[in-house]
Amino acid sequence: MVDLKVDVGKLHLKNPVMTASGTFGYGMEYSDFIDISRIGGIIVKGTTLRKREGNPYPRMKETASGMLNAVGLQNKGVDHFIEHIYPQLTNVDTNIIVNVSGSTIEEYVETAEKLNILEKIPAIELNISCPNVKEGGMLFGTSCTAAKEVVAKVRRAYKNVLIVKLSPNVTNISEIAQAVEEAGADAISLINTVLGMAIDAETRKPCLSTVTGGLSGPAIKPLALRMVWETARAVKIPVIGIGGIMNAADAIEFMLAGASAVQVGTANFIDPTVTIKIIEGIEDYLNRHGYTSVSDIVGALET
Amino acid sequence: MKKLILDLILKKNIRLNEQVYLLIFSSEKGLPEILPGQFAQVKINDSPATFLRRPFSVNFVDYENNELWLLIQVVGAGTLKLSETSPGASVNMILPLGNSFSFPDEKKDEKILLIGGGSGIAPLLFFGSWLFDAGFSPEFLIGARSSIHLVEVDEFKKYGNVYITTEDGTEGEKGFVTDHSILKKRNYDRIYSCGPTPMMKAVGAYAENNNIFCEVSLENTMGCGIGACLCCVTDTTQGRVCVCTEGTVFNIEKLKW
Repeated sequence: MVDLKVDVGKLHLKNPVMTASGTFGYGMEYSDFIDISRIGGIIVKGTTLRKREGNPYPRMKETASGMLNAVGLQNKGVDHFIEHIYPQLTNVDTNIIVNVSGSTIEEYVETAEKLNILEKIPAIELNISCPNVKEGGMLFGTSCTAAKEVVAKVRRAYKNVLIVKLSPNVTNISEIAQAVEEAGADAISLINTVLGMAIDAETRKPCLSTVTGGLSGPAIKPLALRMVWETARAVKIPVIGIGGIMNAADAIEFMLAGASAVQVGTANFIDPTVTIKIIEGIEDYLNRHGYTSVSDIVGALET
Repeated sequence: MKKLILDLILKKNIRLNEQVYLLIFSSEKGLPEILPGQFAQVKINDSPATFLRRPFSVNFVDYENNELWLLIQVVGAGTLKLSETSPGASVNMILPLGNSFSFPDEKKDEKILLIGGGSGIAPLLFFGSWLFDAGFSPEFLIGARSSIHLVEVDEFKKYGNVYITTEDGTEGEKGFVTDHSILKKRNYDRIYSCGPTPMMKAVGAYAENNNIFCEVSLENTMGCGIGACLCCVTDTTQGRVCVCTEGTVFNIEKLKW
């Protein structure tokens, strides 16, 4: 019997498989298909201080081995989450983590403060990497100074586990990761989507209402793997790997590159049961290779 | 209704015209309850050119013969691959998804018209059969570019009168569905429609001007089909909502289009 439990700072996971924000709704959307409490952690849809309608349709385009989205953080706001959604999640026996976004530092702080008091939310994931909003979002995640400032201010306001989600749309991911670590983050998750674009040649128009959007899916996996590997070597805090994970082998690759845990995103759209398959696949891999604990493979890349 | 992930076996693949195929599936585990207007998210086998599932309205369900029908119009790489599926192949689907057309009240003498265009006729056959079985007398108005694009007309005739328009006049009345003389002659109580967006908008405008109850089924591009990715949104009087979970069927009064 192998031990699948991992710790991401003070966050205890029953296994290293989580779901990426914006790809798993609030979990309930998937409860017809799987027992969602078997997942290590569910990171719910990006939440902002006030309600957001998101970007106009069309906001998705399938691309080679992936998809572009420009949803733009559609959500009903943190108060709606606390009043209407949180009560439905308190009996789910796994970590429910809220992804937090904002246009200003004050919005990030205020949203984090409101979530601080929720007993069953052990962590938040600070989204400083959304490519689909005009203000804030990725702007905070592409400059060391801005990233440091927003993380430090949220750190002061938020007492539980603080995960910061980084953007791949930077030249040097290590610098940003170190800035976020210095500012007091407990863990780093990466990567968010890669800024991309699609054009319809027949109509000579962009495929998305916003022209550009965020690329996800297996198309971005090599890029994500490289950035996770660089980040894990640059910081001491735990790293959570995200980017095009479709199966257990993909998840294991991220862990070998240094990720303590992983998030599965776009794959949920194609196979709503994929998280369970990945958990079982990791267990099988550990058995086959004679490991007793999943933490044995974290950073075990042989170079 | 509980959503299921099922492997269905293709029994028959019937080419109806140059672009449209009727795929008839059966399920070893039996078919779940499916309502008219609901759809399935279909996985495309062995298709490196595509990534996501493809949504299709259920065209017909025959529980006695264990058959689920999907009408596939080839528009891109995914539908092309699906049209090439051979009988005996297993195809993975998530279903039933979305809401359904709302059923009329018990007043069986209500005049009901189902208006379809292109592959948008798919859910109307299933709905027409339900209405017929429930004792209503639905009528059908089908529009196509040309007579060669008309499919399943004989199937529709099993459940009620069929009126046809073609843009080139090769069959039925010439013009668009909203030009058909039946709309001037008959006073319908309910109109249900599925087809290209400009057609549904025109149908919606006709219904609104004549104060007729009208529902349309939208076919926005979808990511997940289960309300998680928030990609297939449309603007309504209740804000921006997912077509896959709040629809695909909407009363025109709710839509802001």
